[in-house]
Amino acid sequence: MIPYPFTYHRAKSISDAQALLQRSPDAKILAGGHTLIPAMKLRLANPSALIDISAIGELSYIREQDGRIAIGAATKHAEVATSDVVRTAIPALAHVAGEIGDPAVRHMGTIGGSVANNDPAADYPAGVLGLGATITTTKRSIAADDFFTGMFSTALEDSEIVTEIAFPIPKRAGYAKFANPASRYAMVGVFVAENNDGVRVAVTGAGPCVFRVPDMEAALARSFAPDAVASISISADGLNSDIHGSAEYRAHLVTVMAKRAVAAAVEA
Amino acid sequence: MAVVSLTVNGKQQRADAEDRTLLVHFLRENLRLTGTHIGCDTSQCGACVVLLNGRAVKSCTMFAAQANGAEVVTIEGLAKDGQLHPVQEAFREHHGLQCGFCTPGMILTAVDLIRRKPLLDRKTIRAELEGNLCRCTGYHNIVDAIEAAAKQMGESRP
Repeated sequence: MIPYPFTYHRAKSISDAQALLQRSPDAKILAGGHTLIPAMKLRLANPSALIDISAIGELSYIREQDGRIAIGAATKHAEVATSDVVRTAIPALAHVAGEIGDPAVRHMGTIGGSVANNDPAADYPAGVLGLGATITTTKRSIAADDFFTGMFSTALEDSEIVTEIAFPIPKRAGYAKFANPASRYAMVGVFVAENNDGVRVAVTGAGPCVFRVPDMEAALARSFAPDAVASISISADGLNSDIHGSAEYRAHLVTVMAKRAVAAAVEA
Repeated sequence: MAVVSLTVNGKQQRADAEDRTLLVHFLRENLRLTGTHIGCDTSQCGACVVLLNGRAVKSCTMFAAQANGAEVVTIEGLAKDGQLHPVQEAFREHHGLQCGFCTPGMILTAVDLIRRKPLLDRKTIRAELEGNLCRCTGYHNIVDAIEAAAKQMGESRP
């Protein structure tokens, strides 16, 4: 399958990418392309131009600074999954990256692309929201709680490019995912993190957009153990219902995956 | 239209291609390297896997322009001086194929896997084949072949 014609640009720097974006407002940013290119092949996406940011060196890094792990937007999933820095500081985040797609996908897909795309069944949004990360763009910094606004929607403006995601290092964290056996996307994925100021629980795959579960967070703040969430069920109202599973099935999975995520965090 | 210039199987290649040309089409149609297959069009089957700067990628899910300046290895580039690559040899020995359509992608995925994880168990091999579909073999002999190739390549490593 062949996409509609477009013009390809390879950006040399962030400012180069911004200048290119100014010149062609219909352009899309191309990072790993593992959502965008399949959509273009199906002719569901038809950008006039692509601005490839994957070769911009200043967007690809993983570093620990001030109690946070900062990851450049063009850093590939395989790099996060195998990074010693990430595996030591936030092993659950390395686990999230290693659960995405398959090895070939992880060699191309990027953290910035996944977060900016905000697929309802993507893994990274659970880690970003669950850890309370900060998304830095070419214009500003956005807290994860304000970033994910709806299905495939974010707080990003048209001319804004994600440059970095910074994750506070938690006391402990875990991620458990019930993967669709064909696509490996999350039917339901739950990320839990315990910090000095409380617990965060983020759910992907279940609803139109990643969301937190305050009841589970309160219960885990009292007792950080799988049993603490075992009796907490969430409403199926508004959850996804499709050929892969009903909303009720997904609601049930949220509790099961929350228990497993807490168990993973406790064991880590 | 732009000039795409890259190294394929050790040989410098230059060709004109539309910006929308996928790498797999560039390899098959511009360079006539038809060993790289197109199996699904949805980035799921892995028949199109090639090595891009040493790493397994799906050549149906990137544009040729993105590979400008890169080194690509396709199935045609594995055998050296008439000698099959150890992974190819292991697929032959262990009957790791039936129709053979998925085989180029399977083999290049396995080459990348053995590079990343020289010590392989069967569970890891199966997990790592997540992105490569085979509709004939039931995977059993493919896993056998990769396990044997990893062992053999480990033994011949200095």
